[in-house]
Amino acid sequence: MKKFVWFFTLVVTFALVLSACGGTAATTEPAAPPTEPPVEATEVPAVPTEPPAAPAEPFRVAVVMPSAINDLAFSQSMYDALVRVQEEMGGPSAFEFVYSDGMFVVDDAAAAIRDYASQGYDLVIAHGSQYGSSLQEIAPDFPDTSFAWGTTVDTFGLPNVFAYEAASHEGGYVNGVLAATLSTSKVVGVVGPIETGDAKLYVDGFKAGVAATDSTVQVNVNYIGSFSDVALASEAATTHIAAGADVMTGTAQMVVGAIGKAEEANVLWFGTQSNQTSLAPSIVVASQVYHWEVVLNEMIGLIKSGTLGGQSFVANLANGGEVMEYNPDYPLSADAKSLADETIQGIIDGSIEITLP
Amino acid sequence: MISDLFSVTVLIGILASGIRLATPYLYAAVGETFSQRSGVLNLGVEGQMLLGAFAAFYVALTTGNLWLGMLAAMIVGAVMGLAMAYVTVNLQAQQGISGIGFYLFGLGMSDLLFQKLMGTVETVKGFPRIYIPGLSDIPVLGEIFFNHNLLVYLAYLLVPVAWFVLNKTTLGLKIRAVGENPDAADSLGVNVARVRYFTIILGGTLSGIAGASLSIALLNVFQQNMTSGQGFIAVALVYFGAWRPVGVLGGALLFSMVNSLQLWMQVKNVPIPPDIAVMLPYVLTILVLVVTVSRVRAPSALTKPFEREE
Repeated sequence: MKKFVWFFTLVVTFALVLSACGGTAATTEPAAPPTEPPVEATEVPAVPTEPPAAPAEPFRVAVVMPSAINDLAFSQSMYDALVRVQEEMGGPSAFEFVYSDGMFVVDDAAAAIRDYASQGYDLVIAHGSQYGSSLQEIAPDFPDTSFAWGTTVDTFGLPNVFAYEAASHEGGYVNGVLAATLSTSKVVGVVGPIETGDAKLYVDGFKAGVAATDSTVQVNVNYIGSFSDVALASEAATTHIAAGADVMTGTAQMVVGAIGKAEEANVLWFGTQSNQTSLAPSIVVASQVYHWEVVLNEMIGLIKSGTLGGQSFVANLANGGEVMEYNPDYPLSADAKSLADETIQGIIDGSIEITLP
Repeated sequence: MISDLFSVTVLIGILASGIRLATPYLYAAVGETFSQRSGVLNLGVEGQMLLGAFAAFYVALTTGNLWLGMLAAMIVGAVMGLAMAYVTVNLQAQQGISGIGFYLFGLGMSDLLFQKLMGTVETVKGFPRIYIPGLSDIPVLGEIFFNHNLLVYLAYLLVPVAWFVLNKTTLGLKIRAVGENPDAADSLGVNVARVRYFTIILGGTLSGIAGASLSIALLNVFQQNMTSGQGFIAVALVYFGAWRPVGVLGGALLFSMVNSLQLWMQVKNVPIPPDIAVMLPYVLTILVLVVTVSRVRAPSALTKPFEREE
């Protein structure tokens, strides 16, 4: 019997280890994560033609994210931004980053955050509002490390915590304006995860955009109660289509199933968080894409000058933290495009005010 | 408005959605019925589904052949079942805990492979809807029942087949005997270990197909943790269905229909908060469980390892 217990323990341990590996790049050894970001492997040209004023030490960032870096949504938006910051700063010699993704278990994420902090990263990013209370506990233990937490505006009054969020209602509004313009059935469907935070902000902005453009268009909203249930999201999309929707949008990583249903029924789709065109090139009209590098660059600048936190940042259309990306393969009419451009301009200069419920 | 819910469109929508949503539950729960009837609780269904979903998707994506994808899902599910059988039958490990171990293995492994082999969310052309001349054209009924893909039909076909095997064949008799009284079965010459190996591997294979039904038939994508707890609901449905395939069918349909009803309630702006709406199928399942389970008896040897007395 003893042997069985021993073997069984081994199996469970093995399973746990593997599941941990799958979900996260590294918790104990972030320097060499098993799912290392490809950018780190990129060779720096041996003899750069114009060597940048190479800092002796690269700026080091660690990030903890709830879903996969390739979710075409929330986590990917941060990963892509880090890659762009790295390119701008001149490659891994000037800026290096590691990540733990798939950290939907908050306790695991907290352990990872603490690990990264104790390894002397210059900036540790907790990319998920659910990590807030963990960060509030951890940050005071590492006064020389800078932390960033999003999406939120709350820095807990701590001198080494930055907060960041996206004004997702702005791109949502633009998407809504276009959706109302393009809908001929006058019914628009929205697939949301849980009615809170970034998702709620986006959906409310979208509804406001539709209402401001054409008050006869009906917006049906469906929150499926999950960030991961692809099957239910897909069925929610089918439901919208059966209810007459000819334009849809949705937010969070489980919408990939919904986009498939939209494509099957030839219903238009508006994306958010990341560019979702690749999933269904024939029906994705536009995506609001988060460009966190705007926020990251500000933080990095402050950290380099000695300010480790205490401020909050918003990525929005005005500062380029949110960008409307259009699908080049979708034949968007010039009128609609210029309406979108006017709307963006109006939001930026304040002539359009988005009233949220 | 509530009155908006009573229309033909909504009725068709709810029933057709419910039929589709029930498909993965049916495969997984019928498979689990077999293993539980032989006395083994397999909580690893969710992990088997995830790995099956990934295997089917990846093979279909790389080879372009859906049937190879199905085969891959079945093999992966069967191998997971084989491992589960070794741990629970030979090593006599505690079944609930080892099942959770296999679940975590499947969750982590499918995610790891997804990131390593694919890198991003992609789509495949899955099993198409089958147009049945005549039947698909019937108004209302055609839309509800005859507008689905092959794996949906096979799932419903599985129920009578499973009923027949369990109740009308020698194999079924052996399975039930092993689950009720393994000592007696053993003394009559039934190989308890072999029967349990068979049912657990069969359960794993069907869970693999359940995953494939999501990734290459109903959704045609693979996403990290995409089953989102469906494997555990499937285990609950076995209790719900009182260890009978027909009962499992009833449970799967009820759960799925209520789920599609709540989707429609939100779309039709029925004034209840979405958080309450999404709870409905779960609340209802628990209520029915409470009412029914007290009246039915689980297989006597369920979760009990069999140790042969020499």
